[in-house]
Amino acid sequence: MSDQHNKDIDHITGVETTGHEWDGLKELNNPAPRWWVWVWIATIIWSIGYWVIYPAWPTLSGNTKGTLGYSQYTELEASQAEILARQDQYLSSFEQASYDQIANDEELNAFAYAGGNALFKNNCATCHGAGGQGAVGYPNLTDDDWLWGGELADIEQTIRYGIRSGHDEARISQMPAFGRDELLEKEEIESVVGYVLSLSSDEGADASSEGAEIFANNCASCHGEDAKGGRDFGAPNLSDAIWLYGGDRETVYETVYNSRSGIMPNWEGKLDENAIRQLTVYVHGLGGGEGVGAVVEEVAEIAPDVIEDPMSDAIEAVENVVEEVSEEVSEVTDSSVDASAEPSVEEGVEEEAVEDDTTTE
Amino acid sequence: MLHHHAKLERNSILMLLFVIVTVLIGGIVEIIPLFRSETVIEPVEGVRPYTPLELAGFNIYIREGCYNCHSQQIRPLRDEVARYGHYSLAAESMYDHPFQWGSKRTGPDLARVGGRYSDDWHVAHLADPRSVVPESIMPTYSFLMNNQAELNDIGEHMAVLKMIGVPYTDEQIENAYADGMAQAHTEDLDENVGGLLERYGDTINARVFDGNPSMVSEMDALVAYLQVLGTMVDFSAAQSVEPAGEVATESSE
Repeated sequence: MSDQHNKDIDHITGVETTGHEWDGLKELNNPAPRWWVWVWIATIIWSIGYWVIYPAWPTLSGNTKGTLGYSQYTELEASQAEILARQDQYLSSFEQASYDQIANDEELNAFAYAGGNALFKNNCATCHGAGGQGAVGYPNLTDDDWLWGGELADIEQTIRYGIRSGHDEARISQMPAFGRDELLEKEEIESVVGYVLSLSSDEGADASSEGAEIFANNCASCHGEDAKGGRDFGAPNLSDAIWLYGGDRETVYETVYNSRSGIMPNWEGKLDENAIRQLTVYVHGLGGGEGVGAVVEEVAEIAPDVIEDPMSDAIEAVENVVEEVSEEVSEVTDSSVDASAEPSVEEGVEEEAVEDDTTTE
Repeated sequence: MLHHHAKLERNSILMLLFVIVTVLIGGIVEIIPLFRSETVIEPVEGVRPYTPLELAGFNIYIREGCYNCHSQQIRPLRDEVARYGHYSLAAESMYDHPFQWGSKRTGPDLARVGGRYSDDWHVAHLADPRSVVPESIMPTYSFLMNNQAELNDIGEHMAVLKMIGVPYTDEQIENAYADGMAQAHTEDLDENVGGLLERYGDTINARVFDGNPSMVSEMDALVAYLQVLGTMVDFSAAQSVEPAGEVATESSE
């Protein structure tokens, strides 16, 4: 151990030691490189600037705010303002425009469609499917079989207030549970189910006149005497072969016995005005939209041989991806162990994984 | 100076004292501001403690490890606000013990999932996620339909939460079991739902969540919990309480 007052000099190198000793080994006390010490001191001085301009120190009543007034929230606002500014050339006219004007303005229509597309995938695809094709209990939005109406105003109302959503303005109707609440006997339900099935298929061809009578007395007030449905009540058309919950005898029986009452949430308060209108235009344009802006006429003008299968685009896209990936894979295998080719394959896979994440609700 | 240091190194008691003093200083700087929780959590109107049934759902959420794949924290970033809605406020999870912010996002963030989908959807999705989201990798939780929700001791759970600062009233704790049953049980709707609404507010969801009115199942509890997530604060009315003084509007890109 060194004497406290005399420096302990290593006699071989002539350098001072730290004075610590381990079994005869001593550590040289070489000074840190001068440049390193200066950089270190400079960073300390630099950090003082951060204390001044950014939020830094906790205090008893909060924290120091910093002269820049930085917060995550102002940063968020700035980044949102950037997007709004980019959208502004469309947004300002979109906000003012009626659906009529949007339908007739190609740019606005494209803007609404693009925004609606993103919003649909994020909010609606969970139930209605990525392409709006629907699922059991969740209506198909690409056909012209609407429960509550397929004009832009109807669609907007449904999106905005929902169906049986609990919102004050929500669309509400309730089919009676004819079996559960003992409004009809089981045999009566069976015969009316037979009648309903006979309207759209051969399956219920055995339908007796009793079924028709029960239908007229119990069902026709909402579904219509011709069973073509009633949009005032969201009552489905029963004369076509489109079924929300399924068209086999067992499912229809279940529907009549226990009734159905699907719920669509209200999106007012969850999405802003523009978002709801963009979605409206998008859903209207999925294929079944009625009234102003409907695409039906245009489709009719196109010669039948030009109309492509709507799935062909998607299939083509998938095929392209498969082709690309297989090309990349073959590149990797062709060039035996070419390390540079590998990352590109992995990138492709990762991108797919990210896409999965965004759609997995 | 260095030589004084040698004294410290040779005297273990002195060393211990200095270590304690140093740690204390660091601890005080970090902890004291948090003792004054009003400086870190700004109260927001509308946030209330969970109802007994929602609390039972919260417990299932933790038991099943939902937090392993789902976060409950919308960060103030443009993309997240566009996708999930208004960023999360500290006050919105002030009654969560433990909080469910999470850090892993295999599935989507759930901070504002309440009211976005119907009960039927949630039940179908929990029972068989692939039936409604074909590409989902979430496990199935169909057994929740068959288990009774654990409401027998939910009052004791609330009493413990009260000890650590969740403002449950004695009345709420006393009636915990009845309130829990009433929220998902239509059969004694008239009797008990009135008390439930009185104790927790008119805006709570009281209905049969899982489609089976004869039993209050774990599915009822979990869906009740999911349906309240992120819905307590009315952001259209709460603009003045924002830390930045302004509400960021939901971008509609």
